[in-house]
This record gives sequence, C-alpha cells and structure tokens, in this order.
Amino acid sequence: MELDHDIKGDVLVITPAEPRIDAAVAIQFKDGMRTLTQDAGGRVVLDLRRVDFVDSSGLGAIVGAMKQLGGQARLELASLTPNVAKVFRLTRMDTVFTIHDSADHALQAAASHG
Amino acid sequence: MGDGLADRPGLAARRHVLTVGASPHGVRAALIQVNGVLCADGVGRDDRGTCETVLAEVLNNIVEHAYGGKDDRNIGVVLSRDRRGLVVEVTDAGAPMPGGCLPDPKAAPLDVARDDLPEGGFGWSVIRDLTAGLEYRRVNGINRLRFRVPFGA
Repeated sequence: MELDHDIKGDVLVITPAEPRIDAAVAIQFKDGMRTLTQDAGGRVVLDLRRVDFVDSSGLGAIVGAMKQLGGQARLELASLTPNVAKVFRLTRMDTVFTIHDSADHALQAAASHG
Repeated sequence: MGDGLADRPGLAARRHVLTVGASPHGVRAALIQVNGVLCADGVGRDDRGTCETVLAEVLNNIVEHAYGGKDDRNIGVVLSRDRRGLVVEVTDAGAPMPGGCLPDPKAAPLDVARDDLPEGGFGWSVIRDLTAGLEYRRVNGINRLRFRVPFGA
C-alpha cells in the first residue's frame, strides 16, 4: 500500500495513493502508518482525497493507526470523499477524529486546537 | 430516475448473478464489478456507494466468519432491482450464524480513552443502518441472506 508523505512545517501529511482502504490492504495500511509515524511527535494529517472507499476493516485500521501513535502525536483526517464520510458518520467515528475539509485547511488550523 | 424501468434493459429486467471468491481480493473484485453493473444501470453515485458499503460488510463477514479464512470457497450473489432499490440475495456454504440468527451488536462506546477505541465490530450496525427487510435463513447447510438497499436514503 503506497502512502505518500510530506512534512509541512511541523505537520506530517500522509496521503494514501490508492483508492481503497479495505480488508485486502488494511493490515498493510496500518503497518505502513506505523513505519511512517514512529518518530512523529505532533500532528499527523491523513489526507484521504484519493480514497473513494473504506470498509469496516479499513476504518478499524485508521483507528488502529491513531492508537499506535506515541505520546503527544495525534491523527487528524482531511478530504473525506462522500462515501468515506458516510462510513465515518454511520459509525460515529466522525466524533472521534478532527476532520478537515482539506489538508490545506488542516495546515491552517491552529496547532493548539482540540 | 424516472419510471419505465421495465422498458430498459439492465437490472430491472433481469437478475445479475455473481460468483465471488471468498477472499479479500475476491470481494474487492466483486465490488468493483457490481459498481460497474449499477453504473451501467443508471444508479447514481451515492446509491452505488451505499450498495458497495453494504455488500463489502456482508461479503467480508462471510470470508472472515462463515468460511473462517478458507479462501478456496465461493459466495453466490444475486442482484435485482425494484422501484425502491437494489434487492440482494447472498448465499454461502460456510458455518451458520452463531445462535442461528443475525447479530445485533450494540455500538461500542466512543467516549473512551484513545487506547480503548474499537477497531472492529462496525459491520453489522452498518448493514442494519443501510438495508431494509434483512432476512437470514439456513437451509440444507446453506446460509441465505436477503435484503434491500433502499435508494435515495
């Protein structure tokens, strides 16, 4: 599972390059996130603009990616496409994550919120 | 979408039958195929997304639980349309539902410490939220699940 990543200021932005985070790639996704975030100490933004489908395994892997962050690091989401947003809404996981309209919005958001 | 479904070819006029390989990649291929069928049949993006989400949860449950990861098995899917949505029948020859009936899990609490957040158990609540007329029967060693995905919900 290809995860593009970039450090912008003090924010690590991770952008999955594939359109699906599903049962077929959930473990790879979570492992990839662990590798990329193991040294992260602040904000991590997962930019889901290229992802048009997340099933419950993928959702679980995104929650898992947040739980495996160290200490002060935290995971925020950006650019949820319509069907992905629906899955977060149905499971009420939209109440757990800070969700931004886009990665740019996430970068503009004050680092101290939340 | 207007009336006159019966005048058009497509799902309204016929059933669409798929055999799905009982593995995560088999499920993925089936979902992409169903999405193409529904798109060709004029179903809008939101409704296609709902169908894909429901079918993913149903098929993944069968792969993981009914067949327990034995990926040389198959799942049967029959799709048909009525005016209210997509009618789906799914069959498998795996283990029966525990207790012989459909699970109705309570959503895990989310106002908990980060380490206690659930990483699974979402599937059946999503299926129940997005379907109508959910019906499960076990006949002659075959699990048969029927439901409708209402459109425009």
